[in-house]
This record gives sequence, C-alpha cells and structure tokens, in this order.
Amino acid sequence: MSPLGPLLLATFLFCVGIYGIIARRNAVLVLISVELMLNAVNINLVAFQSLLFPEEAAASGLLFAVFIIGVAAAEVGVGLAIVFNMFRNRASVNVDDANLMRW
Amino acid sequence: MTGHDVVFLLVGLFTAGAAVLTVTSRNLVHAALFLATTLAGIAGVFLVLHSDFLALVQLVVYVGAVAVLFLFGLMLTRAPIGREALDSQNKGLGLAVSSVLFVVIGGLIVMEFGGAERAAVASPGIADVGIALFAFWVLPFEVLSMLLLAALIGAILLARREDGESGEPGGEAPFVAIQLSDPPVDEPSDTELVIASKQEPETGGDR
Repeated sequence: MSPLGPLLLATFLFCVGIYGIIARRNAVLVLISVELMLNAVNINLVAFQSLLFPEEAAASGLLFAVFIIGVAAAEVGVGLAIVFNMFRNRASVNVDDANLMRW
Repeated sequence: MTGHDVVFLLVGLFTAGAAVLTVTSRNLVHAALFLATTLAGIAGVFLVLHSDFLALVQLVVYVGAVAVLFLFGLMLTRAPIGREALDSQNKGLGLAVSSVLFVVIGGLIVMEFGGAERAAVASPGIADVGIALFAFWVLPFEVLSMLLLAALIGAILLARREDGESGEPGGEAPFVAIQLSDPPVDEPSDTELVIASKQEPETGGDR
C-alpha cells in the first residue's frame, strides 16, 4: 500500500478543518473544525508508523497519536467550558461577538 | 491495486464526504453527527493501517465521548439554526485559503512520496504497544494524566455558576417569608382582573 493515499486524505481533512474555522461563526462549530484538523494529523502519524517505519521499537507514531487523542479530549473539555462562559456572559456563541478585548 | 487499496479508497471517500458535510451542514446537530461519522471513518482508516488499538481508542474517546460532549455543547448554547447565522461573510476567504493550502501540501506530498515503493502494512501488536508505552513513554503518559486532571478541574471551575450570578446583581435574592395572616400584596390578583373585565361591557351598555 502506497503512503500517498493516507497522506492526501489527511491533507484534505486538514484543509476542510481550516475552511470550517474560517467560515463558521458558531464557536462550537469552530471547535468541531479544530477536532477535524487534530484527527488529520493523527492519520499522518499512523500512516508513517505503519507504512514507512513499521520496525521502530518505540512505536512513536502510534503513541504520539494516542497522546494527541488525550490532549484533544482535554482541549474539548476546556474549550466547551470557555464557550459556555461566553454564552452566559454575552448570550451568544458567535465568535464575531467576542470582541471584548479589542483595542 | 490490492484489497488494501480498495478498502482504503472506500473508507477514505466516506470519511472525506462526511468531513465536507460537517463543515457545510446548515443544521447544528447534523454537523455534530457528521463529525461523529467522520471520526468513525478515521477509526476505519486506522483499521486499514493495522492499528487496531488506536482504532478502538478512537471509537471510545472520540465517537463515544467527544461527539456526545459536542452535542451537549450545541444543545446547551441554543444557537440559532440557519445558514445565515452559521456561516460568516469570509466564506470565500476560507475556501481560497484551504484550497490553496491543499494544492500546496498535496503537491509537496506527491513530489516527495509519489515514487515511494508500495510497502506492506505492518504495525506493532498490542503487546509491543504496551511495552513501548510503559518502557519508553512513561513520563509523557504520566504528564498526560496530570494534564487531564488539570483540564477536568479547570473545566469545572470555568463552567461553574457562581453565587448570585443568575439572580439580583447584588447577590442572592432577598428571602421573603409569607405568613397565612399577611395581607394580600398590592398587585391586583387574578380574580380582581376577571371582575374588572366583566364589569366593563356593562358600563359600556348603559351609555
């Protein structure tokens, strides 16, 4: 199996995530797009591990993907808490409304 | 084209389509469900790449926990439903940036890996993964557990409703004890309103 397929799929998912971050206005949907980008990186790591360096003793690609999944779970928890706070203070989850710190 | 390639092509097209629907869906709940579909498709990609441990972790953590968390987030914030409210004006900018980035990175990948020989898919078994995790990666593993604990406490602190936040600005609403012998309050009660509305047509008829 050629590594081209997984790498191109990961690139596509990453770019779809970037489009979502720029085009969406709802803060929860922006978080969803961030999740897409993190998962795209995971596909890259696993593809490198399985197709290019299968004999590596430390299984670096696989375990980096596991760590990224854990960090992403923490990020979702804190990010949703921040969105809830913003919704409570401003009654809106629109990221365009979050301009309190604008100079 | 081996069987691996065919299965990967099917799973990859499924995942890519679900991802596109995730960022273009006009319904918020549908977007979250398409995200769950995309994550399940990525678990399928991991299975094609023989990383069954990671596929199961993906299913448990992402499809099981994170998607449900997003559904809770969407329903608790009660955001308006509709494309006008969901997409901002810089949709064209997003399309331009992402497509240019895809062309650039995709071109680099094809240049670098286009001539790569087809390798057999091989991945360390679950026993090797466990040994590597607790032999080489113990410190990051423990740091990750501390990070999860800190995120748990931080999320509770951030999302907790503080005292008096929902009531009067000066703190808790004043506690009023009402006894049975208390005189009625000044506001007209429902029965008085009904009587008043019944009397009005009679006075109008007299004229």
